[in-house]
Amino acid sequence: MYPVEHFPVLIVGLALFCGFTMLLAGYTSRRLPFFMSLAMNSVFLIMSLFILDHVLTVGPIRYWLGGWRPPWGIEYVVDAMNAYLLIIVISIVILGLIYSRGNVRHEIEERKHVTFYTLVQLMAAGMYGITVTGDLFNMFIWLEIASLTAYALIAVAGGRALRPAYNYVIMGSIGAVLYIFGVGWIYSVTGTLNFADMRLLLPLVYDSRAVQMGFAMIVVGVMIKAYIFPLHLWQPDVYTYAPSTISSMMASVHVKVMFYMLLRMFYSVFTLDFIRHYIGLDLLICWVAAIAILAGSIWAIKQRNLKRMLAYSSVSQMGYILLGLGLSPLSPWGLVGVAAHILNHAIGKGCLFMCAGAISQQEGLRDIRDFEGLGKKMPHVCAAFTIAALSMIGIPLTAGFASKLFLIVASLDAAQYPFVAVLLLSGLLNLVYFWRVIDQMYFVKHKGTENAAEVRETGKSLPLSMVAPILILASLCIIMGIIWLTNIPMPLINHILSNLRMGVTL
Amino acid sequence: MTQEKRAYKRDVVIEVTASLMFPFILLFGLYVMMGTGGTGGGFQGGTILATGFILYITVFGTDKGREKMPESVNVFFKSFGLFLYNGAGWLCILFSLATAQWLNMPAFWPVTEFTGIAGARGFLIAYMISVGIGLTVMASFVSQYFDLSMKEDDEMDGDEG
Amino acid sequence: MMEWLIQHVLEKYNFWIAMLIIIIGLTATIVKENLLKKLIGLSIFQTAMFLWFVSLGDVGRNILTTWGLKTGTPPILWEQAAEKGYIYVNPLPNVLMLTGIVVSAATTAVALAIVIRIYQKYGTIEEDEIIEKEKEFERVGG
Repeated sequence: MYPVEHFPVLIVGLALFCGFTMLLAGYTSRRLPFFMSLAMNSVFLIMSLFILDHVLTVGPIRYWLGGWRPPWGIEYVVDAMNAYLLIIVISIVILGLIYSRGNVRHEIEERKHVTFYTLVQLMAAGMYGITVTGDLFNMFIWLEIASLTAYALIAVAGGRALRPAYNYVIMGSIGAVLYIFGVGWIYSVTGTLNFADMRLLLPLVYDSRAVQMGFAMIVVGVMIKAYIFPLHLWQPDVYTYAPSTISSMMASVHVKVMFYMLLRMFYSVFTLDFIRHYIGLDLLICWVAAIAILAGSIWAIKQRNLKRMLAYSSVSQMGYILLGLGLSPLSPWGLVGVAAHILNHAIGKGCLFMCAGAISQQEGLRDIRDFEGLGKKMPHVCAAFTIAALSMIGIPLTAGFASKLFLIVASLDAAQYPFVAVLLLSGLLNLVYFWRVIDQMYFVKHKGTENAAEVRETGKSLPLSMVAPILILASLCIIMGIIWLTNIPMPLINHILSNLRMGVTL
Repeated sequence: MTQEKRAYKRDVVIEVTASLMFPFILLFGLYVMMGTGGTGGGFQGGTILATGFILYITVFGTDKGREKMPESVNVFFKSFGLFLYNGAGWLCILFSLATAQWLNMPAFWPVTEFTGIAGARGFLIAYMISVGIGLTVMASFVSQYFDLSMKEDDEMDGDEG
Repeated sequence: MMEWLIQHVLEKYNFWIAMLIIIIGLTATIVKENLLKKLIGLSIFQTAMFLWFVSLGDVGRNILTTWGLKTGTPPILWEQAAEKGYIYVNPLPNVLMLTGIVVSAATTAVALAIVIRIYQKYGTIEEDEIIEKEKEFERVGG
């Protein structure tokens, strides 16, 4: 047994342990919890790199908790998709923590800082747990840990965030209960809760009504959590009024691990044979995704608040990932698009929300119409915003272009031509609403005082801890955009496809 | 001694009954947590322990309740409970006790081996985990009750359970 | 006809009752406008779901054992019965739902804390009045 095989459990267990130690350590010093959290998450990043290396060379990690063999025990399975997602989640959590150092002073009262960092660490522990687990009920537990801390973190700022937080509590809890309801249906037919075991036992009962009901309930429950259209209604208010660190972390990784749950259900539990068994189910998913893409973009055009516009844009981006998922029974490039967009949306949208928080903190501006002349006052932040916006639109050589390319190739490969038109049209719509912001920032002359000296002299500047993650993410948008177009990610993609048993390599 | 405002008059019967019942409720909670043969477990026992404290706080008010469970002790119990049940898992990974019957091994193994106290063999690792869960649950519920019943000037953020 | 009725309705009474209570809870959550009543509806929904899941474990009905029982016994090891063979109910759904009850209690606690903060800020817990006050804040420019 290699030492690396203990690492998934170590990551999750140490994350929980660290969270509660931070709660105790907050009594000695107010600033210690932040450094503890940053240190532990950096250690986790190094451990996850070792896990990825092990998975790519030796094979998937299967860890039996407590030594109990499945199907009686809980199993933690890490294959290529898991390891890839784990690295993304840990990296974004670290960047979010660095960003929060400068941000929480502005948005949250002093006496709540210790509990804020504890809750962030516990939410991170929940997200890591969803990523590494291999058991249906264990996934529900980690899902609820990540969600409960997210509910509390959104409400921490008080003020206008309280009613959206309550909405999210109610709707998120309904989603989680529907998920466990669905698990109950398929448990009643097969008698097991393990992913691999369920995969072997389900094909015998594909025609049973209980399995269909279970599938429907699980998919609806996870759709509520991952704000896939039309079950996204809680999301815009929440992202608009939550603290900027939380909006950025949730839009980048919290929703991705929820979507990862859907991915696991589709590939590892109900295999693609189940989807193909019901003719037209994959096309139904693709059309729902197409409507999500267009509707999200059209709603985003109407918005005047910057964060609300980015929230609706996230709804449309989740449609992209769902389109990739729906195309994958017909073409393996769909899964490549899913994996690519998970990374590209995380870095792009994370950067955009961090920029929005920085603009709101330094200048106090939230409405797009007030952004005139920001390009001179905040040059670094606006440059990063522009780069990330170009990535979301899909300009070549940025990260977003790669995922759009993979999705277009997938729809051509599957011979579903309407989706090519949908993808190109949504690129145009993204251009419309992002261009309004860039226009206001750079090209509109600052009406009122023409005093350039007065404009530069406001003196308030952002702390380095906020600017650094923004610049890192913006540069990653370009670097990853170039890397996706070369052959470097191909071994990883081939491993992901073979571990999820798509049967083809590219 | 400051006279705090109450919504009702002090009643000797209620106060004496509550202070008499409080230790027995705690004892019953410990029994439910680790007692023999019956149903029970960490979460249920912890809830009953919290019920004792909540009874005390309801009868005597939040100020005197705070004296029984100050905030630092509350936070300590929350974290200590987690250390216990996380620590039991760490012990098993560290000593490669990842065998299937690890829950049935005695928790105080050095005590039984080196000093020969037979009773320590009965305290299994499963009980240590129950105690850990129970302490965290008790601390969380008591802390929530304080948050929900404090007046506006003493308001704290609602920490989750 | 009678056989169809017995097989699909009367034997599966746990499904019917649990579904009825689930629908009642879900309707309360969606329809009611008072925040606390929504929370009570969510609690009913979750509790009925746990009831349904636990009732899945009830095995051994209509099996006549040597003890003359027609249902499964509680899942406790009983030495006198172990050698004769007895059927006990599945303990796994019970254990899973215990954890679910903990999750439900924590969710209720978080929601109640948020409701208290909302009441302190808006002075009301009826959702339409809260939306009215938010519109007023926005009009004033808050």
